[in-house]
Amino acid sequence: MNRVQRRRFAQATAFALLAFATFLILAIMVGIISFVASQGIGAISWEFLTAFPRSGMTEGGIFPAIVGTFYLAMGTTLISLPLGVFAAIYLVEYSYQGRLIRLIRIGINNLAGVPSIVFGLFGLALFVRHLGLGVSLLSGSLTLAFFVLPLVIRASEEALLAVPQGFREGALALGATKWQSVYTVVLPTAVPAILTGGILALGIAAGQTAPIIFTAAAFFTPRLPDSIFSPIMALPFHIYVMASESAHFAVTRHLQFGTALVLLAIVFGINITAIIIRSQMRKRRRW
Amino acid sequence: MTNKQTSLFRRKLHERTIKYFFFACAATSIVVLFFIAIFLFHEGVGVFRVVEITDFLSGRRWAPARVQPILGILPMLLGSLFVTVGAMIVAVPLGLSAAVYIAEIAPPKIKNPIKSAIELLAGIPSVVYGFIGLVFLVPWLQETFNLPTGFTALTGSLLLGVMAVPIIASISEDAIYAVPRDFREASYALGATKWQTITRAVLPASISGISAAIILGGMSRVIGETMTVLMVTGNAPIIPDSICSFLRPVRTMTASVALEMGEAAKGGIHYSALFAIGLVLFTITFLLNLIADFILHRYKEAQKR
Repeated sequence: MNRVQRRRFAQATAFALLAFATFLILAIMVGIISFVASQGIGAISWEFLTAFPRSGMTEGGIFPAIVGTFYLAMGTTLISLPLGVFAAIYLVEYSYQGRLIRLIRIGINNLAGVPSIVFGLFGLALFVRHLGLGVSLLSGSLTLAFFVLPLVIRASEEALLAVPQGFREGALALGATKWQSVYTVVLPTAVPAILTGGILALGIAAGQTAPIIFTAAAFFTPRLPDSIFSPIMALPFHIYVMASESAHFAVTRHLQFGTALVLLAIVFGINITAIIIRSQMRKRRRW
Repeated sequence: MTNKQTSLFRRKLHERTIKYFFFACAATSIVVLFFIAIFLFHEGVGVFRVVEITDFLSGRRWAPARVQPILGILPMLLGSLFVTVGAMIVAVPLGLSAAVYIAEIAPPKIKNPIKSAIELLAGIPSVVYGFIGLVFLVPWLQETFNLPTGFTALTGSLLLGVMAVPIIASISEDAIYAVPRDFREASYALGATKWQTITRAVLPASISGISAAIILGGMSRVIGETMTVLMVTGNAPIIPDSICSFLRPVRTMTASVALEMGEAAKGGIHYSALFAIGLVLFTITFLLNLIADFILHRYKEAQKR
């Protein structure tokens, strides 16, 4: 082989390996999804989705866990979305580069890196114990809201940055104040992209377990939560206790697979919605 | 003041109030971060009345439920380290390969679908990974390696490695994408092949972004990951001391907290010790994040020049 051939051979081998690695990742993903789907589909029935657990959690459905996860995700988004959007407005529209901004950014980046179980400890210490909110939907939503806050801020920032500078200048030239230009021009333009961030927050909140173990989750509740101070059942926590802590873990495998399938379907549904909205927006953008 | 002046004054006041309100929201993150540190310290400091901080970190035995509790977290510190190193060995080559493939090689038509798919992979909840590990990987490893148990450090590393791939891939891809076109064109002009261009021009230029991706997306996430390791590593507080320990159960810091908080009396020594573990975790991830932030910031400064 001469030098050129050797180089070509090296390149072809390297590219094949890289492609192999990428498709291996995709294969693992397909494997995970099809495994859960094939094992879990048998458990899915109308009763499974709409009934309470029965016979010491070995039969029946997961209705309260689905409702609990829904409430928790909504609560988290209701708290984190406004806070995150306002924070992003300050960072994008009002701030100029400086030490203070750099400090705030370091804060956001570091908050994003705090382990989920540490958020659980924080929620337990502050919301559950010191503020006396108890193990409740509210404590869990607050804990998760701070957990997803950095992500919501980043998504909102991107949404605001995507609004062309000319829009703001146009508004200012018409005599609008800063806030008027933000409120009447920038925000309406950025709303769909901001919503994508909110949807992603929903998806993350729905899938988290560690932050809610000490702050919101209950092994079993005989009723649906009737106030924000009730403890709740949640799908991820339900999978964990059924698979790892329950004495009947072996006989309830099919229920665990069913629950995992429902959770995956919810999380994927949410994420795919966000991806579709985003790509639609990119297509429709006319500036 | 005339009417016009009053309204102008009001408008200014209004504007300023709004600005301060937004500032307060932006400052929330740093306030929360501060509160997390304070509360971990406040709840965890009690343990250091019973045990010296150096003994806490280097103690080889963990028996918190005894009348005279023995509180050494070295088994868990090393457990976390072991599982993390193992996960990085899985995740870095895979994640980096995917990043290079997507950024430089993939045909435009399949580029976006692959990116979306990897993004979806990142969305799989950790409890689902743990569950799949439990029902599939644990029995499989036990049979394949003929082990007494399939709940091992390796099981945790494999799962966490797969979980870290999407994050490492997407941050690294951004870093590779940010390398200016000129770098590639200059390299081609010198007669380099595409592969030579990637390894000798593109990757060296994006090395800071990639190392930040490995620190942030990889190590920091993996050390803090709870549910997956809790469900598949067996949770035995044994000190891992050799490469063979990968085939034995380990317990990580995160798993200890999740596992024992339910049985620890609120406000007691055990409770306080678990918060102290939280404080150790917080400190480790905080330092990793600062390092990554520093690398990225210097990289951006260097690019401006």
